Amino acid sequence: MKPVQFDYYVPASVDEALDTLAELGYNGKVLAGGQSLIAAMNFRMARPAALVDLNNISELSYIKPAEDGGLAIGTMTRVYQVEHDAEVIKRFPLIPEVTHFIGHTQIRRRGTFGGAIAHADPSGQLPAIAMVMNAKCLIRGKGKERWVDAKDLIIGPFMTVIEYEEMLTEVVLPANPPRTGSSYQQVARQNGGYALAAVTSVVTLDDKDRCESVRMILMGVGEMPILSEKVSDLLVGQEANDELFKEIGEAVQPEIDPANDLNGTAEYRRDLIRVLVSRSLNTAFDRAKKGS
Amino acid sequence: MTKLFPVKVTVNGKVYERQVESRLLLSDFLRHDLGLMGTHVGCEHGMCGACTVIFDGEPVRSCLIFAVQANGHEIKTVESLGTPEHMHPLQEAFHEKHGLQCGFCTPGVLMTVVPFLEQNPNPTEDEIREAIDGNICRCTGYEKIVESVQEAAKKMSSGD
Repeated sequence: MKPVQFDYYVPASVDEALDTLAELGYNGKVLAGGQSLIAAMNFRMARPAALVDLNNISELSYIKPAEDGGLAIGTMTRVYQVEHDAEVIKRFPLIPEVTHFIGHTQIRRRGTFGGAIAHADPSGQLPAIAMVMNAKCLIRGKGKERWVDAKDLIIGPFMTVIEYEEMLTEVVLPANPPRTGSSYQQVARQNGGYALAAVTSVVTLDDKDRCESVRMILMGVGEMPILSEKVSDLLVGQEANDELFKEIGEAVQPEIDPANDLNGTAEYRRDLIRVLVSRSLNTAFDRAKKGS
Repeated sequence: MTKLFPVKVTVNGKVYERQVESRLLLSDFLRHDLGLMGTHVGCEHGMCGACTVIFDGEPVRSCLIFAVQANGHEIKTVESLGTPEHMHPLQEAFHEKHGLQCGFCTPGVLMTVVPFLEQNPNPTEDEIREAIDGNICRCTGYEKIVESVQEAAKKMSSGD
């Protein structure tokens, strides 16, 4: 349970970090909060030759208004800071609702918002939340930068489009249209544990309380979080309706592929999705009507 | 030759300067290099909470931080709380209410609860249970830990 030897760099600025990453190439790995990476290194599942530690780069820790009315979050902002930020709570209540379920208070005080997304753990909440919120991710390398939508950032379990010499520096949460409501619902065996199944949805209503647009992600029931396509077909143009929500819980079944393991059977996870889809949509509709 | 990195860190008010390997965990640094054995090491992957210490005022897992990352920072371990003769009110409460049996998880629980009670001096039972949900105890069933924290909150708010 001890990591193998590695070289260690602790740059004081983003430019210095990008220079170091460019020099190290395939040997370099970015260290953010380390709450997943260091655990994997302790198991020797991860054996990076060199770590580039971002913890001394204060310019990567911030929450500030973005140009389009959303919020820009620096990659090294601790999850705990995001969770308790007044602007985040006011504009994106989905964030504190979700972060509450991430690990434990000790993990959230060290773990970072950007690190959790770039780590792309398929069981992690924040990569899925970034997808459902249509977050924009700024990826920087030496002398270059590009914006990638969260849904295009993650290409597989623990895999992203971020290259070795690049790093995620900022995540922008775009402003929601008025009459948008969101919800995150999960079932886990214990507080802070991975969800057996989870559903998160963002619903925007028109002035007659009909669904104008919806995004829903199903988690824990496939290799990666699944962005449902069925939900839009069935829900857009419709009002809140318990029967319809049940129907959607049924209609998404072909989209998921849950596993059997010691925590629960595939069948049980399918049942959880039926229940959580209804709960999540119900709650999101209610919140959208209240304009939150 | 193994590369060493300098670390200058304040632990429980005392400044230490050492040379460490980059791969040395903060938990092992505290125990082996500084001889502060109060911090316990359980799972070494962030699940059990036994190694919780206070890092710049925040409770964190010392098994998920490298010692080299503590350079320039301030750490408090369970040794900062009290002595057998002069226990911290939180330790007194755990003593009186049987908040420990084998004692393995206790240092981590205490270092989680100290900053929690500073932020929330009059917590409800639910808040206490949530605060300690990152600390695994296999003896008490948590009942006595919750009672101890409630007792400590009482003692500390009345200034005993």
